[in-house]
Amino acid sequence: MNHNNSLLRHLPWAVLAIVGACALGVVALRRGEVINALWIVVAAVALYLVAYRYYSLFIANRVMQLDPARATPAVLNNDGLDYVPTNKHILFGHHFAAIAGAGPLVGPVLAAQMGYLPGTLWLIAGVVLAGAVQDFMVLFISTRRNGRSLGELVREEMGQVPGTIALFGAFLIMIIILAVLALIVVKALAASPWGMFTVLATIPIAMLMGVYMRYIRPGRIGEISVVGLVLLLGSIWLGGQVAASPEWAPAFTFTGTQITWMLIGYGAVASVLPVWLLLAPRDYLSTFLKIGTIIALAIGILIVMPDLKMPALTQFVDGSGPVWKGGLFPFLFITIACGAVSGFHALISSGTTPKLLANEAHARYIGYGGMLMESFVAIMAMVAASVIEPGVYFAMNSPPAVVGTDVQAVASTISSWGFAISPEVLESTARDIGETTLLARAGGAPTLAVGIAQILHSVLPGENTMAFWYHFAILFEALFILTAVDAGTRAGRFMLQDLLGNFVPALKRTDSWGANLVGTLGCVALWGWLLYQGVVDPLGGINTLWPLFGISNQMLAGIALMLGTVVLIKMKRQRYAWVTIVPAAWLLVCTTTAGLIKLFDPNPAVGFVALARKYSDALAAGQILAPAKDAEQMQHVIFNAWTNSALTVLFLLVVLSVLFYSIKVGRAALREPARTDRETPFQPIPAA
Amino acid sequence: MFNDLGRMGKYLGQAARMLVGMPDYDTYVAHMRERHPDQAPMTYEAFFRERQEARYGGGKGRPIRCC
Repeated sequence: MNHNNSLLRHLPWAVLAIVGACALGVVALRRGEVINALWIVVAAVALYLVAYRYYSLFIANRVMQLDPARATPAVLNNDGLDYVPTNKHILFGHHFAAIAGAGPLVGPVLAAQMGYLPGTLWLIAGVVLAGAVQDFMVLFISTRRNGRSLGELVREEMGQVPGTIALFGAFLIMIIILAVLALIVVKALAASPWGMFTVLATIPIAMLMGVYMRYIRPGRIGEISVVGLVLLLGSIWLGGQVAASPEWAPAFTFTGTQITWMLIGYGAVASVLPVWLLLAPRDYLSTFLKIGTIIALAIGILIVMPDLKMPALTQFVDGSGPVWKGGLFPFLFITIACGAVSGFHALISSGTTPKLLANEAHARYIGYGGMLMESFVAIMAMVAASVIEPGVYFAMNSPPAVVGTDVQAVASTISSWGFAISPEVLESTARDIGETTLLARAGGAPTLAVGIAQILHSVLPGENTMAFWYHFAILFEALFILTAVDAGTRAGRFMLQDLLGNFVPALKRTDSWGANLVGTLGCVALWGWLLYQGVVDPLGGINTLWPLFGISNQMLAGIALMLGTVVLIKMKRQRYAWVTIVPAAWLLVCTTTAGLIKLFDPNPAVGFVALARKYSDALAAGQILAPAKDAEQMQHVIFNAWTNSALTVLFLLVVLSVLFYSIKVGRAALREPARTDRETPFQPIPAA
Repeated sequence: MFNDLGRMGKYLGQAARMLVGMPDYDTYVAHMRERHPDQAPMTYEAFFRERQEARYGGGKGRPIRCC
C-alpha cells in the first residue's frame, strides 16, 4: 500500500521529466526548421524542477544531512540586524537579487555565435550538476560555521597559505570583473548620445533619492523608489529628444576613450562618497528595475512566443567565430560562465545569506533553487540573442578588423558566411533602436537590448517603441554595472588593503585616510588600466577580456568546489564526495585547458604569446600589421598580450596550488579515523 | 479579507526591502523588547542609517552583489 503510494507520488515528476526530455529533443534534434523559443523555456524549466525535486533532495538528505532541528547562526546570534531568521521566500529574493548581475545576461549572448544549442545544453546541465551544487554547498558549509566568508573557510579547513592564495585569487577576479563590466558599458555608450544622457541622468536621480531618504523622509525606500523609477523612464524619453536635437546630441556624444576616462574618474570619486548619497539609492533603483525587467521578459517571451532565427549550430563551433576565438571545448564553457556556474556566488553564499537562514533545511531552496533561477535568466538571454536576425547579431558583435567598418562591407562579409543580411536592414534596424549605427557593439549588452526591445515592444502598447525599449534595456544593464563598479571598487579596496597589510601592516588600517587612499587608487588604477587597454586595443577588448573573466570566474568556482570536497572528506562523508569532485574536476579541466590554450596556442588569434611574438617580430622588422594602424597601436597589442599572459599564468598558479592543498588536506583527512572538520557544535533550536 | 490584504501588503513590503538588504524594523523592535528590555531600540531612522552603512560601507571586503 505504502509502496504503491510512493510510486504514485513520483508519477507527476516522471511526466514532467518526459515533457522536459521531449522539449529538449525538439530543441536538439530538429534541423532546418524554425523552432519556437518556448521549446527551450519548457525544456529548461521542466529539467530544473526535476533536478530540484530529486538531485538537490539527495544532496540535502544524503550528502549534507541537513538537520532541521539544528539552530542556524541567525537563530543563535539573532540581533535583529545582521543575524535575523528570515522567511524563506523573502530570503530567496534577497539572495537572488545579490547573485543575479550582468554575467548571466552577457555570457549566453556571446555564446550564441555557435548557435543556441550548445549554450542551452550547457546552461541546463551545468547549473544542475555544478553551479547550483556549488552555491548550495558553500551556503551549507558557511551556515555550519557561523556564516564565515569563503576566504576564512578555506583558511580554516585547508590552512593559512591556501587561504591567502584564495583571497588573492578572489581579488584578481574582482579586478577583471570590474574591467570587463566597465568595458561593456563603454561599448554600449560610445557614440550613443541617447544612452549616455540616460545613464548620466541616473546620477542626479539617485542623489535626489539619497537626500530624500536621508533628510526629507528618512528611510522611506518605497515611495522615493517609485519616484526614481518614474524619473528614470522620463530620462529615457528625454534622452530620445536629446539624441534627435542637433544642438544637444553632440554634447552627449563621446568616444570610447573619453567614456573610459569618465568611468575611471567616476569609480574613484563614487567609491569614496558617503554610501547613502549615490551607491545605496542607485542600488535600490537597479535592483527593483532588474527584478522587474526579468519578470517582464519572462512574461514577454510567454506571450510573444518568438521563433528562434539563429540556427541551432553555426559553422563557428570549429573555433573560427568572429565574436570570440576558440573551439567549443573548452571555450564555450568559459564564455557562458555565470549562467551555468559562477564562482562569485561562493562569496555571496558565504556573505549575508547564511546569517539570515531561519532553518538549515531552507539552504536547499535558497542555494540550489536560487541558482536555478539565475540559470533561467541566462536561458532568457539566450532566447533574446537568438530571436534577432543572425546577420544583425554578427554585425553588432564582430570586431571591425574582421568584418569592415561600413554597412556595405559588413553586410557583404556576413552574408558571405551564410547569414544573409542587406546594408538597408542594418541601417533600418539602427534607426529603429534610435542609434546611428549598430556596428561594432560587442559586449553582449546592446545585442541583448535589441532582443529585449523586440520582445517587449510587441507586448506593450505604443507605436515606434523599439527605440524606447532598447534604451531602457541599455539603462537597466548600465545601472547595475555602475553599481557593481562602485561597490566592487569599495570591496576591492578592502581586499587590497588586507592583502598589502600582510607586508605593510599600516595599510590594514581602514580608519586611516592615507591607507584608504592607497587602497582606492590602487584598485581603480588596476581595473582602469585593464579597461583602458581593452578599449584602445584595435583587436577589440571583449575578445580577450571576456575569456579571461570566464577563466577566472570558473576557477573560483573550482576552488569553492574543492573546498566542498575537502569538507565532505573531513566530515567522513567521502562516499558522497563525487557530488563536488565531478564538477570540480570538469571546471579544472576546462579552465586549465583554456588557460594553456590561451597561453601557448600557435594561432595568434587565440594564443597570447603567439600574438605578442607575431606583433613584436613585425615591429622589429618595421612592419605595421592590421588592424593596428601605427607603431603605437602595435605596442598596445603586444603589451596587452603579455599582460593577459601574465594574468593567465597567475590564475593557473592560484588554482593549481589550491588543488595541491586540497589533495594534501583531503588525503590527511582520509587517514584520520574520526571527523576533522571545523563545524560549530550542534545546538538545537531553542523552544520558543 | 482586509486583514489578509494588510498582511499580504506587509509581506510584500518586507520582501521588497529585503531585496535591497534592509531587514524588517518591526522584527528588530520585537527582538529588542524580548531579549534586551533594558536597552531602548533604535528609532526607524537610526535603524535605517545603521543598516545602510552596514550593507554598503561595511568594509569586510565582501561584495554586495555579483557580476
